Amino acid sequence: MSVLSVRDLRVTYRTQGGDVPAVRGVDLQIDRGEVLGLAGESGCGKSTIAGAILRLLPPRTSVEGTILLDGEDILGMKPGRLRAVRWAGASIIFQGAMHALNPVQRVGDQIVETILIHGQSDERGARARVAELFEQVGLPTRRIDDYPHELSGGQKQRVMIAMALACSPSLIIADEPTTALDVMVEAQVLALLKELQREFGLAMLFITHDLSVLVEVSDRLAIMYAGRVVEDGPTEQVFFHPKHPYTTALAAAFPDIGDERFRHNPSGLGGDPPDPQAIPSGCPFHPRCPVAFEPCPTTDPELRPAGEARRAACLLVEGALTGPQAGST
Amino acid sequence: MRGYLIGKVAQALLTLAFVVVFNFFLFRVMPGDPAALLLRGSAAFNPDTLEQVRVDLGLDRPLPAQFVTYLGDTLRLNLGDSFFARGRSVNTVIAERVWPTLLLVGTSTIASAIIGLVIGIYGGWRRGSAFDVGSLGFTLFVYSMPEFWFGILVLMAFAGGVGPFPAIFPTGGYETPAAGLTGLSHWVDVLNHMVLPFFVLTVAYLGEYAIIMRNSLIDIMGDDFITTARAKGVREQQVLWRHAVPNALLPTMTLTILSLGFVFGGAITIEYVFSWPGLGWLTVQAIDAKDFPLLQGLFLLFSAAVILANLVADLLYAYLDPRVRAG
Amino acid sequence: MKTPPIEPTAAPPPPATAEGPPPDRVGPRRIAWARRWRSLVRVARTYRRNPMGMAGLVILLFFIAVAVLAPLIASGEGLDPTCPCTGVPFQPPSREFPFGTDNLGRSVLTLTIWGARISLLVGLMATLISMVIGSLIGIVAGYLGRWPESLLMRLTDWFLVIPFLPLAIVLASLLGRSLLIIILVIGVTSWPSTARIVRAQTLSVKERPYVERARALGASGWHLVTRHILPNVGPLIFANTILTVAIAILSETTLSFLGLGDPLSTSWGTILESAFGSGAATAGNWWWLLPPGFAIVLVVLAFTMCGFALDEILNPRLRQR
Repeated sequence: MSVLSVRDLRVTYRTQGGDVPAVRGVDLQIDRGEVLGLAGESGCGKSTIAGAILRLLPPRTSVEGTILLDGEDILGMKPGRLRAVRWAGASIIFQGAMHALNPVQRVGDQIVETILIHGQSDERGARARVAELFEQVGLPTRRIDDYPHELSGGQKQRVMIAMALACSPSLIIADEPTTALDVMVEAQVLALLKELQREFGLAMLFITHDLSVLVEVSDRLAIMYAGRVVEDGPTEQVFFHPKHPYTTALAAAFPDIGDERFRHNPSGLGGDPPDPQAIPSGCPFHPRCPVAFEPCPTTDPELRPAGEARRAACLLVEGALTGPQAGST
Repeated sequence: MRGYLIGKVAQALLTLAFVVVFNFFLFRVMPGDPAALLLRGSAAFNPDTLEQVRVDLGLDRPLPAQFVTYLGDTLRLNLGDSFFARGRSVNTVIAERVWPTLLLVGTSTIASAIIGLVIGIYGGWRRGSAFDVGSLGFTLFVYSMPEFWFGILVLMAFAGGVGPFPAIFPTGGYETPAAGLTGLSHWVDVLNHMVLPFFVLTVAYLGEYAIIMRNSLIDIMGDDFITTARAKGVREQQVLWRHAVPNALLPTMTLTILSLGFVFGGAITIEYVFSWPGLGWLTVQAIDAKDFPLLQGLFLLFSAAVILANLVADLLYAYLDPRVRAG
Repeated sequence: MKTPPIEPTAAPPPPATAEGPPPDRVGPRRIAWARRWRSLVRVARTYRRNPMGMAGLVILLFFIAVAVLAPLIASGEGLDPTCPCTGVPFQPPSREFPFGTDNLGRSVLTLTIWGARISLLVGLMATLISMVIGSLIGIVAGYLGRWPESLLMRLTDWFLVIPFLPLAIVLASLLGRSLLIIILVIGVTSWPSTARIVRAQTLSVKERPYVERARALGASGWHLVTRHILPNVGPLIFANTILTVAIAILSETTLSFLGLGDPLSTSWGTILESAFGSGAATAGNWWWLLPPGFAIVLVVLAFTMCGFALDEILNPRLRQR
């Protein structure tokens, strides 16, 4: 059974400027012990998905579709059950622990709090657990009673990781966990995450805009654009043999220093990601697509099989134009 | 931390020094003869009194000498003699009237702050809700209203009795005159007289606290750690009281204490309206009597009180905010 | 081989000087003003959609109209106690006197209408003084930095700490009772908060890249202040002004009520002063006490609502997401 199963998720924010469709029909699945990387530029909806899974979005946001966590329907849950599932079923590692930790509460206490809420231990047991967690993430136990501002960025992120593990969840959602860190610290934190994931067999949803990070960490990769998944499949396959032009561009945007292939091919995608309230007709990517052709502005491609355990939403994929028709927008 | 404390105390003393100096120059730099200025419009305006005043204030001596004398006097809390309180010293006159003000303003400020903060918390938490909009509207209305006008209306309604309103409270004063009450019945009598002014002062200022707290809370709610708390499975009530409020309370506190200056202003007018024999009413009487030494003494006292309150707020903030305590 | 001379297709634009656009060209100043006009229009449009702001504006316009048209809607003679148009003193509302009469038999309605003039006038004038002083100090402090800034800000903080009413009372008692003095006293005691806000804004504008660039290009201090800092600090000053007027009106009311106002003019504060002094509260003369008070509440409310609405527009943090 899969740990996380998302079917046709649609999320629309209600703002004073109108409705903003941030996620427009996304399917995801993560099995036990698997790491799914979710990549895309800002505004593509990936962080929204992270928030949707635990129902952390603003109150009037419309969330439709199905989200099953360990087989349980998240969207239909009663508040009491939801609170129990939060953190114990799935936990989140946020970006920029700048403000993700309560500034006036000691870091140890913040972890103890969630252990006690989920009734997993008493006060003493919780403290012991925190010490254990600190050890696992490589933090000195004397830091348990520190306040967040006394820790460095990397240390704060380790605290967040320790906290995420505290209630032994089945799924960890890492939402841009290393984006705000410098490169050296980023490498350390990534290594830590990989090690913990392997050791505890955790399922992970790793969200980032940095594809190169995902190549190291994830088993499967899903690429998002304009609120939809436009390609997914095993990481190596997707990264090195992309089927969607956007994936190609994303992968090329992070050159490896010394790699011959990049030396004479400056890449980088022109233009900006589309405003969710003004998504282009047909294939949303067509205005920026280097290989767009005649049907692209009028035909919205569906996510279709494009190889073994792979899917892509591009009209260039074999069978896209001849198979059961995707309607024009 | 210690450096912070010493710094704050030094600042407070410096501010106080400024006020003292300012007080000195206040009527010495005004155009015209200071003595004449002081006695203008009063019955005592005649050449003899003018001369007396000039000598008393040392106006015949050079300015630096005057200042030194003034400084010495002030530090010894000798604030001069009241003009019209039959020559008694300003200190005596003020000392007699401190307690009623302390009682009234002290209790109403505490009540006002507590109620105001709670309203602000719930309003900010349920932003846009009926409660929030309602309390904002109410706060706005009370804020726009001169507090003494509100006091007059309350006095008219519940002490004077008009229309459907019953006259159930005394029309002013601290206690029933010549009733000779002692012990418990004395205190009940005082309380009875205090109800209306207490009510007015409390209502008049709770809006300020409410808005400060509400805005502070809204700011905090935009921070990520609130989402973290929810994600951890914390109940909404606890997210509010254990996570949001402690963080929102800190900046609120300093702003709240800063508004104490306005509370003193309200005290002056409300005491006047209800004939409550405290420093506020004393100020108004001093205005009428053109008793400048008294007015200056009161000004010094009010300023010192606000400076002290600010210092207390700073120290309290330092104690409560771990970020300041550490560094 | 001779290369053909390169003909310019058009005369190269004369260099734009700091003094103004070169003639016959859309110079940088025109562009800047066009941009400001557009953002003004944008603000106005957003403002129009703000119900609180619009309500406040309507009330404000009403009272301004009343103040300006006072001579037309209520004869000025009504303020003179010897006027034959006065009635019996202490009378509740009647057909002839919709708001009743005061202790001298004058129509409270007339008093209230004329009171609008003084109250609004004092409020606006005092605020003007306060804004000028506060902005000057704020901009100078923010721009000069270092010790002038420390000195000025220290001064500002001291003034902020001193409680307003006791200070105003002392000053007004010393200086006497006249309209000008009241205006001066309020103006001179309310500049600190403006100074603080202006300084903070000046500091943030000063750090912006385009200011640095201008400075690198050799712009003088005067140019920087008038062309860059002032226009950017301006909107915030304006929003703050509105709120300051509200406070100034309340201050005038209070000072007049306590007996420090101009005995020769009628403001809402002086009406309340004579009402309370004549025992209107205990006598239950509600018609004399309610109108001036309500007028004050409405006007201050209006200014505050407009100020809040503007602040919401200009300060993104408070905007509803």
